[in-house]
Order: sequence, then structure tokens, then C-alpha cells
Amino acid sequence: MSALIQSTPAAASTEAAPEKELRPPSYWPFVVPALVVVLAIIIFPWVFTIWMSLNEWKVGSPTTFVGFSNYLRLTSDPRFLEAVGHTLVYTVLSVVLPLILGTLSAVVFHQNFAGRGFLRGVFIMPMMATPVAIALVWTMMFHPQLGVLNYLLSLVGIPAQLWVFHPATVIPSLVLVETWQWTPLVMLIVLGGLAAIPTEPYESAQIDGASFWQVFRFITLPLIMPFLFIAGMIRMIDAVKSFDIIFAITQGGPGSASETINIYLYSVAFTYYDLGYGSAIAVVFFLLIVLLAAVMLYARQRMLWTEIASGA
Amino acid sequence: MANYNISRRTLLKGTAAAGALGLTGVPARAEVNWKKYAGTKLEVILAKGPRGDNLQKNIKEFTELTGIQVESEQIPEQQQRQKVVIELTSGRPSFDVVHLSYHVQKRQFEKAGWLADMTPFMKDPTLTAPDLVESDFSAAGLQYAKNDKGQMLSLPWSVDYFILYYNKELFEKKGVAVPKTFDEMVAAAEKLTDAKDGTYGFVGRGLRNANMTLWTNFFLNYGGEFLDAKGNIQTDGPEAVAATKLYQTLLTKVAPPGVAGFNWMESMASFTQGRSAMWIDGVGWAPPLEDPAASRVVGKVGYTVVPAGPKGQYSATYGDGIGIAAASKNREAAYLLCQWVVSKKQGARLLQAGGGVPFRNSILNDPEIQSGVKMPKEWLQSVIDSAKISKLGLPVVIPVAEFRDLVGAALTSTLSGADPATELKKAHEQYRPILERSEKA
Repeated sequence: MSALIQSTPAAASTEAAPEKELRPPSYWPFVVPALVVVLAIIIFPWVFTIWMSLNEWKVGSPTTFVGFSNYLRLTSDPRFLEAVGHTLVYTVLSVVLPLILGTLSAVVFHQNFAGRGFLRGVFIMPMMATPVAIALVWTMMFHPQLGVLNYLLSLVGIPAQLWVFHPATVIPSLVLVETWQWTPLVMLIVLGGLAAIPTEPYESAQIDGASFWQVFRFITLPLIMPFLFIAGMIRMIDAVKSFDIIFAITQGGPGSASETINIYLYSVAFTYYDLGYGSAIAVVFFLLIVLLAAVMLYARQRMLWTEIASGA
Repeated sequence: MANYNISRRTLLKGTAAAGALGLTGVPARAEVNWKKYAGTKLEVILAKGPRGDNLQKNIKEFTELTGIQVESEQIPEQQQRQKVVIELTSGRPSFDVVHLSYHVQKRQFEKAGWLADMTPFMKDPTLTAPDLVESDFSAAGLQYAKNDKGQMLSLPWSVDYFILYYNKELFEKKGVAVPKTFDEMVAAAEKLTDAKDGTYGFVGRGLRNANMTLWTNFFLNYGGEFLDAKGNIQTDGPEAVAATKLYQTLLTKVAPPGVAGFNWMESMASFTQGRSAMWIDGVGWAPPLEDPAASRVVGKVGYTVVPAGPKGQYSATYGDGIGIAAASKNREAAYLLCQWVVSKKQGARLLQAGGGVPFRNSILNDPEIQSGVKMPKEWLQSVIDSAKISKLGLPVVIPVAEFRDLVGAALTSTLSGADPATELKKAHEQYRPILERSEKA
């Protein structure tokens, strides 16, 4: 008993000394779960993908380390280079068109008119549908012989089009589907922005006799710019990795006219089972997305500076 | 009642076998012991389609017969192929029995050693019914199921021949005879095409990859062979160029606009709406063509073999089989299931509904089964005739998908006016290293 009493202060003092220097921050145990999850589902797969991309890694055969040869193969792979081009065209079109149409429709739906709520609801319906289901319906609408689109064109005297069935028109036609589905999203974001704009600038513009276009160009547009950037960013990320609509409608065809990086990546990894090469494509694809995002952020930064400069 | 049928059949067989064996003096115990693996549980992975449906619909009969419980799932073909490969690579597949597409997966499965050898099972009279013998399967089926060493790695389940579908009404209207050769087919298609009216002479797959299954009918009939003796691919030779020229002519001059993007679905839509007079595709489309709810050409469809080319007449053949995962712990029970899947009764059901064609001659040529076929007689005749001229429709290599994509893309390019020889050469240059890499590995 006495030993216990004597030893207790001693033990306490030896523990207390290092506690001051070495004790980790008290919050670290709370970080561990999140850290483990991030390591397991983000960092590890990434490192592993990079590792796979440095190997000749085919399902069913042994793997060998090959260094950067998968990346070198990319530079001389015409299908990959074409896919990069298709991805860029597809992305630019399916960001710009929904942005323009979404902004216009937001301006329209911001006005007060009868049945506005109902029409807004109708307008955002495409967004709620499943992309693959939509894609299958559009495929039949695009059918050059039996599709409803060519029938509608024939009513106004425009000759029948080949839509997704011709290499030259396939990407614009796919963008049409993408635009139809995602314009409402842009509209919703911009509508939120419009609701947040104060009314004073409009009143003074009215007093100064500004035209509708001037009001839109010099008041509305600058004020909703941050919202447009958000919408643009979301659209860009969605469009660049778009898969379901393209895959369900054309599978990258006709030929390889609508084969984006994502579609090609899918073929390489899951149809050809060439995981090493597929991983190399995935790494390059990731870098491309980072690059695009960086360009957008840079543009945004610049825009803010000019806003401030012109405002001052 | 179903149970009664089977036991009666088994009894008859057993009696016959006993009689035959009695003459040779061997003890008459050579009867399949169906119940031996009662209580076993099997997992089956199936590609979605009439074959899978036929299995799932009647699986209770198998369980009654053997006492083996079967869990099965159907997944769309493309996804099923991926899932199966990924699981088999892992070494611990979740299934015992696998439905495979020979024309895509044969070589890959053999090289990786994913399937259990069935040869010893087939020789074991306590496991194999006497009517299931190798010689009953068609040549194409055995070519698909056996490896280089002659081992049976799966049982051939259903074969897909390519046949010519034609619209009798359009043919009569224009006074055109059913073509017997490629030249006649082109001439007929030209006569049947009336662009102003919106009807065309020919329709078929133009979409990359899918189009290869059509093109190979032309390639084979121009005397083409996919591989030479050393295993080099030969799809840039004169036969391939001639076949591609025919393909280009048909699909650009006498086919509906946009055919470059057509798979079987769009082609079938055009044909069932009476907008195309001829269609070459797999034999399995008779049910939708004869379904009044989906087709405007019910009762007007003619069925015949693919016309002859200058160097012969073949029907490009594809097929699927059913095999046992080498990693399965229930191989014998799995074998009983495979055997039941390709049994006479199941095969008859498949054929009679038009959902597939069994590889077994004893089913296809059985007059009683033939009389129960619900499809038109002409369809059945085209199947029987195609069986006689069947030839494998794709090269037996591992990178089949790359082959279909690259040569398929070349074909699609010719539909926008590119030169067949140049395009084939280009595809060939791209494909050769891929094939070499896969054979080397």
C-alpha cells in the first residue's frame, strides 16, 4: 500500500514530463477515420493507377514493368489523339450552349407571368430523367428513316438529316441531347443568382434610360458572373467525363467519330482488358481535367480583377 | 408432370443402355445418378437473352431431378463478359457455371485456364446420359468447345448462323427473284430501292464492331481466311478488299441513309417497318419479326441462306456455350447442370420458340421437335441449310474486340467514301502489333 502511494507521484511525474513535449494534438484521433478513408479510396487507387500505367498489365497474362512505354504509345495512337479532339469539341459545345440557353431561360423565368411556376417545373423535367433512358429514346428519335426529328423537319421543308448516324453531325447531335438535359441546371443556378441581385441598380438604370440590352449587358451579366462560373465549372466537369449518353447512343461511332477519351478508356480497359495502357490514358485524362479546371480558375481570377479595376 | 416425363425418359434410356450392355456382359449399372449431388448449391452467371430465359424458366425441373439448388443471374451481354473476366482473373469467381460467347472469349478462356476440363465427366456413364456424345454436336460446336489438346472445356449451347431475311411483299411488287449469289443480291437490291418512296434494297449493321459479323459473311464467301498457317492475320488481302467493296456498295448505294450508325436494332426497325427489302443478320430475330405487336411484316418475311460468293457459300457462325469455372468446388454438380442445359428437352424448347438453335444434330433433325417449331417453316429450313455451310465468323484469337473495333472502323470509313484497300491496310497495320503482343504474352 505504501509502495503504491509512493510510486504514484513518481509515475505521474515521469509521464507528465514528456506529455508536454510529445503529446500529439488532442484532435488527431478524430482525423484518423477520415484519413483512412481518403487514403483507401482516393490516394491508394491513384498511386496504384500510376503504378499500373508503368506496367504491361493485361488481364489473364503476367505483368511486366515497362516504364513509360505506355505513355509513349499514347503519343502515336491515332485513336487516342482523335479522342482528345472529340472530347474538347464535345466539352466546349456542351458547356457553351447550356450556358447561353440557360441564362436566357433564367432571364425569361425571372419575369413575372401567369403559370410561371408550372412552366419552370416543366422546364426542369429533363434533368430528372435517367440519362440512359433518355439516350435510348433519342436514338429512336434520331433514326433517319423512322425518327420523329426528320418528320418534324419535313413539316417545315428541311431535308432529312442523318443526326448521330453520320461522322460529321454526330457530335453536334449528341451535344443537342446533352444541352436539352442540362440547360435546366444552368437555369436553376442563374435563377438563384438573379434573385440575389438588388433592385437599386435597375431603378437607376431605368432613370438613366438604359435599353433592355444595356441593362442585361452592364448590370445583370456582371452580377450573375460568379454564378455563371459555378455553372460553367459544373457543366465542364460533367461534360468532359460524359459517358452514358454517348455510350448508349453511339458507342463512340459511326466509326470512331464520337469516341471521347472516356469511351476509348472504357474500351481499352474493359473490352481489351489492357489495364496498363488504360491506366496511362486515365492519368493523362486526369491531367487534362486538372489543366482545364486551372484555366477556368485563372480566367475567373482575371475576370474579378478586371471587374474591380473597371469598377474603381 | 414434368418430373414424370424426365423420369420416364431416363428409365427408357436406362433400360436401353442396360439391354445394350447386357449383351456385352458389362454389369448394367451404368445409369446416371442424378441425385448424387442433391443439396449442392450452384451459382450461374448468364448473358441476358432467350437462352438465359429458357434456363431460368425451367430450372425447377432440374432441381426436382437432381436436388441441386441453382441461383442464377442474367446480365446484359457486354457487361456479363466484363464481369466474368474480372471475377475469373481474381481466382475466386462467385459462380460455378458460366455462359460464354465463343466467338469473343474462346481463346482468352483457354489461354487463361479458366474452365474445367469436362472430358473425363463425359466418359463417366454415372455422370453423362448415353445420348450426350461428342459426335452429336455440329463441327462448329466442337471447334468452339475443344482446345488444341482435344479437351472439352464447355458444352456448346446455342449457335447463331447468319441468314438472309427478305420482304416477300416488296419482292413481289418489283418482280424480283430471291438472290442466290452476291451479284444477284446487288442487282435485286438496286431494283428494290426506291429512295423517293423511302424503301431500300438492303439493310445491315454499319456500326463499328457490330458490322464485322455481317462483313465476315462476304469475306468468307470471297474465299477469305482470317489467319494463315503461322497465325498472321490476313484481313488486307484481295479477298478482304473484294468483300469490303461489296459491303461498301450495298451499304452506300441501296441502304437507308445513316446506316453507318446502325446496329441490329436500327436495322431491324427498318426491316420490320417494311422500309428495307433485305437484311442479313443472326438467325434469332424471327420471333420479333413475326410478332404483330412489334412488326408490320408479319407473315411476309422470307428466310433463306446467305447468297453464295465467287469462292463458295458459307454462313458466318457465332455461338455460345456453357462451362464450369476451374475454381469451382462443385464441378460434378455443375456438370450435371451444363448437361441439362444442353439436353434434348431444353434444346427443343429453345428451338421451338425461335430463341436459339442448339448445336446438337439430334435436336435439330428430330422431326417431332421440328413439327413443334412455332416459327415459319422457311425459317427452320434456313437454319438447317445454314448448319450445312457453317463456318466460324471471327478469328479465334484473344484480342477479338480490338479486331472488331479496328477493322470495323475501317469498314465504317468506307461508307463515307474512303478507299477499301487503303482503310484495310491501315487497320491491318494497327492491329498486327496488338495480335503479336497478345500471342507473345
